[in-house]
Amino acid sequence: MTDKSVKGNAALIAKRYASERRFQAYGAAALAISVLFLVYLIVDIGIKAWPSYFEHRAVLEVNLDASKIPAADVQKGDFEGIVKRAFRGSFPGVTTRRDLKSLTSLLSVGAADDLRQQTVANPSSIGTTVKTGVLLADDADLYLKGMLTDTVKTPGTTNVQMAQTGEEIILTGDLSQLVAGQIVRANGGALRIASVEAGLAKAETIMPTTTLNTLAPGTWDILSFSHLEADRRIDDRQVVWLESLRDKGAIEKHFAWRFFNNGDSREPELAGLRGAIAGSLLTLIMTLSLSVPLGIAAAVYLEEFSAKNKFTEIIEVNINNLAAVPSIIFGLLGLAVFINFFGLPRSAPLVGGLVLGLLVLPTIIIATRAALKAVPPSIKEAALGVGASHQQAVFHHVLPLAVPGILTGTILGVARALGETAPLLMIGMVAFIVDAPKGFTEAATVLPVQIFLWSDLPEVAFQSRTAAAIIVLLVILFCLNAVAIFMRKRFERRW
Amino acid sequence: MTAWTLLIIAALTTIGFFVGQARAQALRNAGTVSLHSLPAYHGLLMASMALAAAGLTTLVAALVAGSDSLVMPAAVALLGTGAIAASYRLITKDFRARNRFEYFIMLVLIACSAVAVLTTIGIVFSVLFETMAFFKEVSPIEFLFGTHWSPTSTPPSFGLIPLLVGTLLITFIAILVAGPLGLLSAIYMAEYSSKKMRGVVKPVLEILAGVPTVVLGFFAALTVAPLIRNTGESFGLVVASESALAAGLVMGMMIVPLISSLSDDIINAVPQALRDGSYAMGATKSETIKRVVLPAALPGIVSAFMLAISRAIGETMIVVMAAGLAANLSFNPLSAVTTITVQIATLLVGDQEFDSAKTLSAFALGFVLFCFTLVLNYIALRIVQRYREQYD
Repeated sequence: MTDKSVKGNAALIAKRYASERRFQAYGAAALAISVLFLVYLIVDIGIKAWPSYFEHRAVLEVNLDASKIPAADVQKGDFEGIVKRAFRGSFPGVTTRRDLKSLTSLLSVGAADDLRQQTVANPSSIGTTVKTGVLLADDADLYLKGMLTDTVKTPGTTNVQMAQTGEEIILTGDLSQLVAGQIVRANGGALRIASVEAGLAKAETIMPTTTLNTLAPGTWDILSFSHLEADRRIDDRQVVWLESLRDKGAIEKHFAWRFFNNGDSREPELAGLRGAIAGSLLTLIMTLSLSVPLGIAAAVYLEEFSAKNKFTEIIEVNINNLAAVPSIIFGLLGLAVFINFFGLPRSAPLVGGLVLGLLVLPTIIIATRAALKAVPPSIKEAALGVGASHQQAVFHHVLPLAVPGILTGTILGVARALGETAPLLMIGMVAFIVDAPKGFTEAATVLPVQIFLWSDLPEVAFQSRTAAAIIVLLVILFCLNAVAIFMRKRFERRW
Repeated sequence: MTAWTLLIIAALTTIGFFVGQARAQALRNAGTVSLHSLPAYHGLLMASMALAAAGLTTLVAALVAGSDSLVMPAAVALLGTGAIAASYRLITKDFRARNRFEYFIMLVLIACSAVAVLTTIGIVFSVLFETMAFFKEVSPIEFLFGTHWSPTSTPPSFGLIPLLVGTLLITFIAILVAGPLGLLSAIYMAEYSSKKMRGVVKPVLEILAGVPTVVLGFFAALTVAPLIRNTGESFGLVVASESALAAGLVMGMMIVPLISSLSDDIINAVPQALRDGSYAMGATKSETIKRVVLPAALPGIVSAFMLAISRAIGETMIVVMAAGLAANLSFNPLSAVTTITVQIATLLVGDQEFDSAKTLSAFALGFVLFCFTLVLNYIALRIVQRYREQYD
C-alpha cells in the first residue's frame, strides 16, 4: 500500500466516524425535542394556571344589621346589600350613581356567599359588626395579580404645584417624574396626567382632592402602568380604589378552595370543578362496570377457550380494528344508537360511560390477554393434572395470577377514558351545568369537556381557569399512571 | 320500575344459589350416595337459571309493555321463581350440574366476546343509515367531488374536497414532524441509549402519549399558534391566527410516542445476528442501522406510519381547538383550514334535528373518516403480515 492510499483511508474513516457521531446526535436531538416539548407544555400551562389557585378578597367591617336578616331564616338575609353597603362605606368620597355602580362592580356577584354561610353557621353574630373578606370580581382579581397591567408605584420626590383651570388641573414645577397616562395621588384624591409639556402638565380629576396646593416631596405618589386605560379591562378610577384598599392592607390573598368546591359558573372567580369531577367520577364508574367484566370475559374466552375458527378470527380482527377507530366515531355510535335508537337521556353519565366503555374495551381485552399469556402453562397443566376441569383450572388458577396485569391494563384504560373528550361532545355532555350530578341519568359534564368549554370563553380569567383545570386533570392522570407503574413493578412475577 | 326489576333479579339469583346448594347438600347429607357435582355447582346452576329466565323476561317485558309498567317486575318475579322451581326438581345425585354450569359460563364468555363485533356492526349501521338518508338529499357525486363546503348557508353546499385537503394538509405536517422525530427517537433508544437513560426517556414518552388531546389543543391554540403568528409576522408573512401549521405541529408531537414505541419494538425484533454480521464486515453502528437494521424493519415501520396517519386523521380535539372552522381550499400551511373531524364536532354539538341534511352530513363525514382509517389499518396489518421476515 502506498502512503497516499493510507492517507485516503484515514480520511474516509474519519468521515465515516463523523457521520456516525452525527447520526447519534440526531437521535439524541430527536429525543431531546420530545422531552423539551413535554416540559415546555407542562411549565407553560403551569405558569398560566398558577394565579387561578388564588383569589383576592377585600377585608371589610360589616355590620350584620338584624333588620336585614330574618332570625327565623338567616339564609334569606339580604347579605348582598349588607356587603355592598359596607364596601361603599369604605369609600365615602364616591357619591354619583355611575361611580357607585363602577365601585360595586369590583365585587364578585358571589361576594356575599361566604358571609351568608358564616352567619348561618354562627347566628349569634347577627346584630354585631364583623370583619370579613369578600370576594372580588375577576377583573379586580386579575388586576391585583398583575395580569391586566404592571403597576409601578413611585413616590413623588419633587415639588409640584396644583391649580384649577376650568375642568382641568394644571400642574407646574418640577415635572421630571411625570408622563402622560400616569396617575398622581395626593391629598386623598387622584389625577390622571393628560399631557406633559414644557413646564406644564394638564391633568383630569379621577377622585377629587381635598385641597389644591403645592405638593412637597413624599406627600404624593405616582402610579404608572404598562397598559393604559383604553387597553385594559379595568379603568383608572377602579385602579385607584383597589390601590387605596391595598395600601390600607385591606386586600387578602387566599388559596381558592372555591375552585374545587364550586360548580361551573359564568363568573370566572366563582367557577369551579366540583360538577365536572363528580361527572367524571360517575362516567368512569359506568365505563368500568361495562368494560371490565366484558373485557375480561372476552379476553379469557379468546385466550383460553376459543377454538381456531372463523368466528374467533372475526372477533380478533374486530378488536384490533376497534382499537384504531377514531374516538369521535364512537361518539356517532352513541348518538345514533344509545340516544336516538334506545332513547337514553342526552348529556348523561350513563350514555357517556357506555360510549367510553366500548372505547376502552379493546385496550382492556388486549391487556388482559397479555396478562393471561404471561402466566406459564405449567400452572394450568398442574391443575388439569390433579383433575380440575378446564374452567376450574382457568378461573381458580390462571386468572388470579393474571390479576395484577389486568389491573394495570384497566388503570391505563381508565386514564384513557378520563382524558377523552371528542365522543362526549357528540352525546351532548357539553351543557352548562352548575350543580354536581347526583345520578347516572342527570345531565353532567366531565373534566376534559369542562376544559374545552372554558377554553372557548372570551374572559381572560377563564384562560387561567382552563389551565388550572388542565393541571388538575394532568395530576390525576399522572397519579393513575404512577399507580399502574407501581403495580407493574410490585406484582410483576418472573416465572 | 327498572330499579325494582333489578332488585328482584338480584334477589332471585341469590335465592336460587342458596336453594340449589341447600337441596344438593341435603341429598349429600341424607344418604350414602355421592353427588356428581359439588353442592356449590348445583347452587350456581340454579342461580344462573334464575338469572337467565329473569333477564330474558325483563327484555321481553320491556319491549312489549315498556319499562314503566308494573308488568315487568311482576313477570320477572313469576318466571324467575318458576325457573327455580323447575330446576329444583332436576337436582339428583347424577345431575351433571358442573358441566351444565360451565356450559352456561361458556355461553356468557362467547356473548361477551361478540360485543366487539356488535360494536363494529353498530358503528357501521349507525353511520351507514344516516349516510344513506343524507345521500337521498345530496347526491354522492356532489358530496365527494364538490369543492365548496358550507352546510349552514342557504342553499347549503356539501363538497368534501376542502375538508379532505385540510385534513390531509394537517396530517402531512404532523407526519413531517412525527416521522423523523419518532423514528430517530426509536433508533436512539433501541441502539444507542444506556439502560438507565432508556428507563428515564421511555416513561417521558409514555407521559407524552397520555396527555389528553384537549390539553394539547389548548396548548396549540394559546401558545403555539400565537408563537407561529408572531414569528411569521416578523418575517413579513401573513399567518392566520388558527393556522394549519400550529395544529399540525402539536398533532405531530402527539404522534411521536406512537411511532417511536411501535418502531422501537420492531427494531428490537431485528435479530442481533444481522447486526453482528454487519459489524464483522467493518461497518460502523450507524451504517449497520441504515443499511441493515432499517431495511429489515421497514415493513413494520411503514405500518407504524400508517397507524400514525390514521390516528392523525381521526384526531379531533387538537384541530377543534386550534384549527379553523371555515372550509378554505388551500394548501398553504399558514392559512386556516378545517378538517373532517372539526366539521363533525361543530355540526353535532348542540341541538340537532335529525331530518336536516346539515346533521346528516356529519354522519356522512363520519362514514368517510371510518372508511379512511379502516383502509389504513387494514393496509398496515397486511404489510406486516406479508413482508414480515421470518428469522427464527
